[in-house]
Amino acid sequence: MIWNPNKECMSRDEMHALQSKRLQKLVTYVYHNVPFYRNKMQAMDLSPEDIRSIDDIVKLPFTTKQDLRDNYPYGLQAAPPSEIVRVHASSGTTGNPTIVGYTRKDLAVWSEVMARCLTAYGVTRDDTFSVAYGYGLFTGGLGAHYGVENLGATVIPTSTGNTEKHIRLIRDLKVSGIACTPSYALYLAETLDKMGLTKDDINLRIGAFGAEPWTENMRKEIEERLGLKGYNIYGLSEIMGPGVSYECQEQNGSHICEDHFYPEIINPETLEQLPRGQQGELVFTTLTKEGMPLLRYRTKDLCTLMEGECACGRTAVRMGRIVGRSDDMLIIRGINVFPSQVESVILEMPEFEPQYMLVVDRAGNLDTLQVQVEVRRDFFSDDMGRMLAMKKKLADRLKSVLSISADVKLMEPGSIERSQGKGKHVIDNRILK
Amino acid sequence: MTIKQVSVFLENKTGRINEVAKTLSQHGINMQAFSMAETTDFGILRLIVSDVDKAVEVLRGENFAVMLTDVVCLHCPNKAGALAHILEQLAASEVSIEYMYAFAEDDMANIVVRPTDIALCEKALASIEG
Ligand SMILES: [Zn+2]
Repeated sequence: MIWNPNKECMSRDEMHALQSKRLQKLVTYVYHNVPFYRNKMQAMDLSPEDIRSIDDIVKLPFTTKQDLRDNYPYGLQAAPPSEIVRVHASSGTTGNPTIVGYTRKDLAVWSEVMARCLTAYGVTRDDTFSVAYGYGLFTGGLGAHYGVENLGATVIPTSTGNTEKHIRLIRDLKVSGIACTPSYALYLAETLDKMGLTKDDINLRIGAFGAEPWTENMRKEIEERLGLKGYNIYGLSEIMGPGVSYECQEQNGSHICEDHFYPEIINPETLEQLPRGQQGELVFTTLTKEGMPLLRYRTKDLCTLMEGECACGRTAVRMGRIVGRSDDMLIIRGINVFPSQVESVILEMPEFEPQYMLVVDRAGNLDTLQVQVEVRRDFFSDDMGRMLAMKKKLADRLKSVLSISADVKLMEPGSIERSQGKGKHVIDNRILK
Repeated sequence: MTIKQVSVFLENKTGRINEVAKTLSQHGINMQAFSMAETTDFGILRLIVSDVDKAVEVLRGENFAVMLTDVVCLHCPNKAGALAHILEQLAASEVSIEYMYAFAEDDMANIVVRPTDIALCEKALASIEG
């Protein structure tokens, strides 16, 4: 099923025309309402009239997370305060949080794009859907919530927290769909086990997972343990929240709602726009946003964009999986290492729990990488030879994927801290030295 | 005599052995013998206890990774040369041993042996005793 075929299946020419018209309008709007952008454009000797089509987007300045912090709290807001009906904030581990104000129309667009996602996953009015993203300043909870309501399914606003209670609700209310982070989905599966229940005791059939990078192996694991089909949902609070892109039944990349969010891939070093199909940093321009519209916002997420019609009938560009973040990337002994690479290796080995921690340190002048993994109960052996072989097998596989050797540390099951929100998988002790 | 040994997976964290001992004592389970096989990052604690099933249950309850292993327990006089004699006999019968540990009680010593082949070991011991 397709929620809005007019937009989701628009011909490429029509989409190009619509994006061009919307970009022109957006640039004029921010030029007159956001001094930050006016100053930048004037410094580049650029006026709104210079933007005649979406292809002129390369002339426009970029926006970074640091720009949002520097203009805290409302410096990049374009709409007058009287038009803002809601504010979300993303927590900053360093410096100011990012404040995003939404107008009534922004919220309508948000629940529209969320309804597109949910419909693509197969959610209908007959479903009972649990939203287990955090409710509050984080966009995940409320964003998904109003999408489910817009679609007309029954929403259970579970939020995060008491997991056993959540599982009882899933069972008793015959909840058929859930939105949460993939690490929370795994935590749910573990808790289900602990309660002596299995996937056959619950009725989940659809999972919308996002807000952190995850792998195909993680998907398989979640699907198997919870008995559902898992779909990727992508979004970021600076742009809107969840609903920026979504997987269809083909699951070959996530369709971007590009009538609202125009995507580009750039080389993070040179900032040049890259052709479709090449991997680089994802950049979004909010074509229709009123509250806090952004020009060419650098997401720091690394992925590729894919063109071409999809078997589902949608024409919108698809983005591949996020392979890492340009700022999550660890440089160890001169080699780029992404936590997601380690994760995919661990998830392929049944010997280990899907939990891990990378500890990076420096001994003398040499970087060291330790990978901590939990041995699954069923794979613990009294035979020291077998335990050492298990350790070596993982070390060998990591070496072939990462191109550097890692010291594997076998941990007791349950000993690595579980995250209920965004998984935290790296301890870099080099920063302190 | 073949008996069940309780094996526990431990990270090398100070106090983890203590927690095993505490858990067992809280449930009135007596540790009759133990040994620890260690590497730089983890260890396998091997225990002979008074109540095997209960030990497994309470340790699993505390989230330890636990398994049971068949081992052979034998007794010999606690005096010079007694153990050497038995080991010689076992070697002569081509019983290979993965690991072993011993504990003495008054004038008798108890030896826990993990042979690669339990049946062969039992047969060899029967012939020594016989
Ligand atoms: Zn599709």
